[in-house]
Amino acid sequence: MTRQRLAIPFLVLTLTLVSSILLRAGGPAEPAATGSKAAAIERGKYLVNFGSCNDCHTPWKLGPKGPEPDMTRALTGHPAEMKVSPSPTLEGSWGIAAANTMTAWTGPWGVSFTANLTPDKETGLGDWTEEMFIQTMRTGRHQGKGRAILPPMPWFSVNALSDEDIKAVFAYLQSLPPVHNRVPAPIDPPEGQ
Amino acid sequence: MVGMAAAVQSPAASTGSARPPRLLSQTGLYATEDERLAIDPENRPFSPQYPLWSDGARKSRWVRLPAGATIDARDIDRWDFPVGTRFWKEFTFGDRKVETRFLRKDGPASWTFASYAWNEAQTDAELAPEDGLPNVAEIAPGKRHSIPAVEDCRACHDSARTEILGFTALQLSSDRDPLAPHAELLAPGMLTLKTLTDERLLAPVRPELVEAPPRIAAPDERTRAVLGYLSTNCGACHNAESSLASLGLLLKARLQPSHGSPHDPVRTLFRPTSKWQIPQAPDGASAFVTPGAPDLSALLVRMRSRRPSTQMPPLGTMLHDREAIDLVTGWIQDLRTSPES
Repeated sequence: MTRQRLAIPFLVLTLTLVSSILLRAGGPAEPAATGSKAAAIERGKYLVNFGSCNDCHTPWKLGPKGPEPDMTRALTGHPAEMKVSPSPTLEGSWGIAAANTMTAWTGPWGVSFTANLTPDKETGLGDWTEEMFIQTMRTGRHQGKGRAILPPMPWFSVNALSDEDIKAVFAYLQSLPPVHNRVPAPIDPPEGQ
Repeated sequence: MVGMAAAVQSPAASTGSARPPRLLSQTGLYATEDERLAIDPENRPFSPQYPLWSDGARKSRWVRLPAGATIDARDIDRWDFPVGTRFWKEFTFGDRKVETRFLRKDGPASWTFASYAWNEAQTDAELAPEDGLPNVAEIAPGKRHSIPAVEDCRACHDSARTEILGFTALQLSSDRDPLAPHAELLAPGMLTLKTLTDERLLAPVRPELVEAPPRIAAPDERTRAVLGYLSTNCGACHNAESSLASLGLLLKARLQPSHGSPHDPVRTLFRPTSKWQIPQAPDGASAFVTPGAPDLSALLVRMRSRRPSTQMPPLGTMLHDREAIDLVTGWIQDLRTSPES
């Protein structure tokens, strides 16, 4: 894979796409998760797939047709064993870059690693509550109260979903097999930046 | 002693509207709505024994209860204030007032949160936007104070169960902690548990709170001060009723036995962190507190940090709290085992 840098326009395009998809997917008339838990999980799966969550939370690999999400590691976030090299120097029009896996991003905010969304208790969302998940998407704060969620996570787009749809997304994520994968903490930018 | 009397009603307050007034002078803090800025004597000053760290701001606080109303104090850990109660907290950096926060109880489970930014002439303060105001005043070289968003206020004053962090039985106890970081002196006229009891502003009256003033149960004075500091600065989010309860860090000091053991904060500190790992620490060596090892104590590592992704608390502060860091560092350094063991 040769893609080591992504231009801002690509990021903007991606976020715009995610936003528009989620906004359309979360239409108010949809009877999301009003029935059984199974229906909520199914609705959540639909939203997760349609909302491009795999674009960043599933590591990409080089497949026979080019780069693609490695669905054997679906939604497990940045691979713990993958140690990233120092961020590249970005100049001029270039301000954001992504790792080959699309799970590590560098920009003015430092380096962010995409989260493990599987319900592993130690490293994923296993100890999260539904309320915490909703608050996270509403406030843009980690676990609803903590540090600011970092780019490129488009939490503000997910915020456009109804509570019922966010609950459905959470129900689906909680239904996944837990995968132990300890994602690194974000790296702050150097002082003074 | 001045008693609680009818509030000076601003138009917004008198209609019970949740919309806060545009100017601080319209909230009822001052005796008149002019530039003299004399505090209305019906608004009572108070000072918590464990103040929240706010980057060294000098803070003044006032409360006003509706005339004839009392605080439901049946639950010692969570007082229920009468509808119409108002609180103010004024932040001063250097010699300039920068911000005044305002809380008003509008309904049985409904509070208005507002922040007011002081004008250049220091004659009044204007309602800040709901999403806050960044960089309103320099508080250190290269660092500027920001007025928080309403959502940030609610992160600490938890929505449906709003608690006034500085106005509780523990915070107003006359058994004040002499080692509390940034402890303030009680000025004449400030409300305490005793004055609340004497003026029968608590229901039931609870004279036992005066006879045996509440204090944090701890094996020694330094541990008491550490737990008091953590209760105020961390416990608003890390407590058993919060959405973060599942993280297992219960730092809010509770006085009522049914709300948990007084030893809960100590118990929860001496265990591995759930997710956040200390950078460069050996795998699995990250505990909230490791006796004798400040650098392997995540709580302290995060207190020492003011990097956005690491610092604790995550909002409301951008400067280190040196006094508290020294207190907690010394406490951890001298621990050989958990204080409980």
